[in-house]
Amino acid sequence: MKLKLHIWRQKNAKSEGRMVTYDAPDVSTHMSFLEMLDVVNEGLIAKGEEPVAFDHDCREGVCGSCALMINGVAHGPQRGTTTCQLHMRQFKDGDEVFIEPWRAKAFPIVKDLVVDRSAFDRIIQAGGYVSVNTGGAQDANNLPISKESADQAMDAAQCIGCGACVAACKNASAMLFTSAKISHLGLLPQGQPERQRRALNMVQQMDKEGFGNCTNQFECEAVCPKEISVQFIARMNKDYLNASVCGPDPGKKAGGED
Amino acid sequence: MSWLKQTINSSVGAKSIVALTGLAMVGFVVGHLSGNLLVFGGPDAINGYAAWLRSKGALLWGARVGLVAITGLHIYFTIRLNLLNKRARPIAYAKKSYTRASFASRTMVLSGLLSLSYILFHLAHFTFRVTSPEIAALGHTDVYQMLILSFSSPLVAVTYIAAMVLLGLHLNHGLSSLFQTLGLNHSKYNPIIRSIGPVLGSLLAAGFMSIPVSIMLGILK
Ligand code: HEM
Ligand code: SF4
Ligand code: FES
Repeated sequence: MKLKLHIWRQKNAKSEGRMVTYDAPDVSTHMSFLEMLDVVNEGLIAKGEEPVAFDHDCREGVCGSCALMINGVAHGPQRGTTTCQLHMRQFKDGDEVFIEPWRAKAFPIVKDLVVDRSAFDRIIQAGGYVSVNTGGAQDANNLPISKESADQAMDAAQCIGCGACVAACKNASAMLFTSAKISHLGLLPQGQPERQRRALNMVQQMDKEGFGNCTNQFECEAVCPKEISVQFIARMNKDYLNASVCGPDPGKKAGGED
Repeated sequence: MSWLKQTINSSVGAKSIVALTGLAMVGFVVGHLSGNLLVFGGPDAINGYAAWLRSKGALLWGARVGLVAITGLHIYFTIRLNLLNKRARPIAYAKKSYTRASFASRTMVLSGLLSLSYILFHLAHFTFRVTSPEIAALGHTDVYQMLILSFSSPLVAVTYIAAMVLLGLHLNHGLSSLFQTLGLNHSKYNPIIRSIGPVLGSLLAAGFMSIPVSIMLGILK
């Protein structure tokens, strides 16, 4: 099939970008979206033009690097699917396809469709450590965890940090991501000692990075390839408010901190 | 008190102030409607209620000051958050589709700001009575007559009805959304939480609208 592509081209972080139109004359329905772009790039290279830069790594929906806004929907039209797992059978002959990078102040563009998502790494770093005691190895099963908590923690832990939640949100809010990261530890007994501090620090870092604020439209949940639930955002709000009111005093250093 | 400053300045903290002040305003709106509906009990019922309210002097003023402060906080924090949100996406998408955001949720700023202009008009109209000499001439004792007189003008009646559509729209999203903001999202309660906005929002709007509508139809005269 034939497609008309409108792709964001931007030389580097400092230059101005614009939408450029390309024809993709020979697209097979079996291709993945990224394979389709590979073919377009081969054509560009053959013509001596600069290929379109886009992020990808695993191409099997686990690494979270393929980040494309496709026709105004993060990761494209298929729910619960990353761009790399999206197949061209979702499109039909003659379709126009808009391909843009994630747009957020906190995700500066590196080149074309590639954005810098290290703000996410800094949010995770702000979460700090989980206490692990040394000594003789414990029996693996001696920490009782309810089935519900274990399931929920696993659901939250599925987040691959792709950033689609930020891209889809009209406020470029990172609350779905941050809440998933706060919750997968906060739901487990191992995550309790630092639970309040973690919620405080991660939310603070999220704000510092310049992400927006949640207005509860839940666009994030709709595009998340791992279908992370906005229930975790409510959980983060609760944890954060609880930690703010009852938790550690930011004006006081904990013993050992300098 | 650095913890308080930190909380209020945070995304989650600021939004929870929006939710709490929103909830407080809903509490006021429910009380206000209950009082207003006394108009259907005839002139004595509503005029008696108005006289009773005014006899509470200090209490009434306390409530008024509190309400203005709550509304001010609501507006301050929504505007602050909204500006931060705009700043978080400096370059718009060439193409953006919504997948599930409701109409009400997308028009919160508009329905809020229009509600604000309505509230200012409403205060000028019924509280300060500066919009027409006829109403000013009635004095503070005959609320019933003031309503009949005001809503016999179709322009005024339609303005009030339109404002209530906006309030209903604002609460359609807001009343459900505030639970999520305050951390309550549980499959046991979600069916109630999801319907409370549309249901209570519409009921409140319909309740207020019933007064100008009844006067226009001549049911109240
Ligand atoms: C006076 C002018 C008003 C303005 C400018 C205003 C503006 C806003 C805005 C911008 C939001 C945030 C919407 C979002 O998250 O997308 C909001 C939320 C809300 N508003 Fe208002 N509003 C006003 C009046 C009212 C009134 C009169 C009520 C109640 C009777 C009310 C109840 C609420 C509630 C319950 C929320 C939801 C909070 C949440 O999502 O957690 N607002 N308002
Ligand atoms: S919450 Fe979902 S959309 Fe957001 S970063 Fe994680 S996997 Fe991606
Ligand atoms: S390339 Fe790894 S998730 Fe798509």
